[in-house]
Amino acid sequence: MAAYFASLNPNALWNAAPGGLAQGLIWGIMALGVYLTFRVLNFADMTCDGSFALGGCTAVMLILGGWSPEAVLLVSFIAGIAAGLATGILHTVLGIPDILAGILTQISLYSINLNIMGKANQAVPVNAVKVHFTSNIQYLGQTIALTLIVDIVIIAVFYWFLGTELGSSIRATGINPHMSRAQGINTNLMKVIALAVSNGLIALSGGILTEYQGFADVKMGQGSIVIGLAAVIIGEVLAEAIVGKRLNFIMRLTFTVVGGVVYYFVYVFVLWLKFPADDMKLLTAIVVAAFLAVPYLQSLRRNSFRGLARRNARLAAQQTSPDKDGKDKEAR
Amino acid sequence: MLEVRNISRTFNPGTINEKKALIDVSLTLADGDFCTVIGGNGAGKSTIMNAIAGAWPVDEGQILIDGQDVSGLSEYKRAQFLGRVFQDPMTGTAGDMQIDENMALAARRGQKRTLRWGVTSKERELYREELKKLDLGLEDRMTAKVGLLSGGQRQALTLLMATMKKPKVLLLDEHTAALDPKTAAKVLQATDRIVREGHLTTLMVTHNMRDAIAHGNRLIMMSGGKIIYDVEGEEKRNLKVEDLLHRFEQAGGEVSDRMALS
Repeated sequence: MAAYFASLNPNALWNAAPGGLAQGLIWGIMALGVYLTFRVLNFADMTCDGSFALGGCTAVMLILGGWSPEAVLLVSFIAGIAAGLATGILHTVLGIPDILAGILTQISLYSINLNIMGKANQAVPVNAVKVHFTSNIQYLGQTIALTLIVDIVIIAVFYWFLGTELGSSIRATGINPHMSRAQGINTNLMKVIALAVSNGLIALSGGILTEYQGFADVKMGQGSIVIGLAAVIIGEVLAEAIVGKRLNFIMRLTFTVVGGVVYYFVYVFVLWLKFPADDMKLLTAIVVAAFLAVPYLQSLRRNSFRGLARRNARLAAQQTSPDKDGKDKEAR
Repeated sequence: MLEVRNISRTFNPGTINEKKALIDVSLTLADGDFCTVIGGNGAGKSTIMNAIAGAWPVDEGQILIDGQDVSGLSEYKRAQFLGRVFQDPMTGTAGDMQIDENMALAARRGQKRTLRWGVTSKERELYREELKKLDLGLEDRMTAKVGLLSGGQRQALTLLMATMKKPKVLLLDEHTAALDPKTAAKVLQATDRIVREGHLTTLMVTHNMRDAIAHGNRLIMMSGGKIIYDVEGEEKRNLKVEDLLHRFEQAGGEVSDRMALS
């Protein structure tokens, strides 16, 4: 045990922190996309595993084709929109249930991504092209600043968009589709728009991560829905704890990105503890399950039959033996 | 003006659950008619409302609003002509949105949703005035989530949202059935005022015979997917609950406890 702790190097953790921050901010973009479908539209969209990798594959191939690394990200965004449209059409036009529609697009994107790259993974020629979102330790500060700006811009645009007539209609569709139709809102169109924008952001995030890590892999999106959900949920739990009742919409969005960063800090920390990298997905699932369970268990504590029984038993005990009650108080 | 021409609708055709919910129903409401609809369970009251609102296409027949055939339009497209209040207070509003946001959604019924701001401050003033008329204190809670309101408050708000942008036809589907008697009376009072002020063509389903007689200028009774009794004007004013029950039994309808006791 002592040998294990001696083998842990605090400096290594310190050195890994900026990388964790950068990755957290990149996944934060993805988490904002997940927030739009999962929380605003109330739609569990499984497309994102595919669209995330789609963004990465598109980016790497276009960079290899001589495109500028910035223009490439725009194409990643558009490719993601197309993926979202596919899920939206499967769901609204063909009547396929939400989760299944997402899974169908996701699975088809696996083949599409393989076709785009021609093989399972491709490296970004980092020596030949100057990439702005680089993990090069020399420019890491610049990468973090740049990603932070992207996050802030997206949060601002989100805040504006969801406040517009169109955005309000999307929110209403997620909350009460019946009422939305009665107010003349084309709920199917709203779903398709939200899915498209969401997957656009997810693919953009995939494109940026590809530039950051220097390669794209058809499996890079595997489990990304869980990481996105982790960010959304960690963000919500933290926001509830820190801001409490005054939580407004812009804070919710900000904390979604914060959730992504926190997730990556946990990730870096656990790796630093020499956890085998193979077990990280298991760990992610445990983290998400824990954060999902917290609000539920909290509400249970406030509304617990057992708790009520205990309180009532205590009251009954007090009434039958007041002396003992006095002693109890002293003991406390 | 609302004109329903020979509409029919059968649910689950060809199965043992087949149900002829509407059979060749015709109904014409003149401008400003306030018509109440009564009938037992499964008589077709809610079905005719859903047919007009466009929850599904009718099997046969036409529905005309101001002379325009709307029977081929989907629910959200038809919404531009209609104001609707539902039985369940949860159905008519978006619980997780603010009062003013809900009203803004309703104010844009029938318009294209653009990237303009969802609620403007000018509108808010207008909404405040409208909410004041309801006399429920909602004008001071405009940024509260609708989910925090009571059932009666939500129903009154839905009524306001249904009529803020003047509908060609107002559809009230048992909109007071889920409320306590005092609140129900208040919502009905507001209904009367709004319908009168706006001179709205209204169709109101109710289980309560007394309400059906006391409100509106016309009354129809439905049974087995057909309109079996249609009365208006002086004759309707002189109706008694016993008359209606008698008529109902004559038509072979079963009088439910809910109808008899209310």
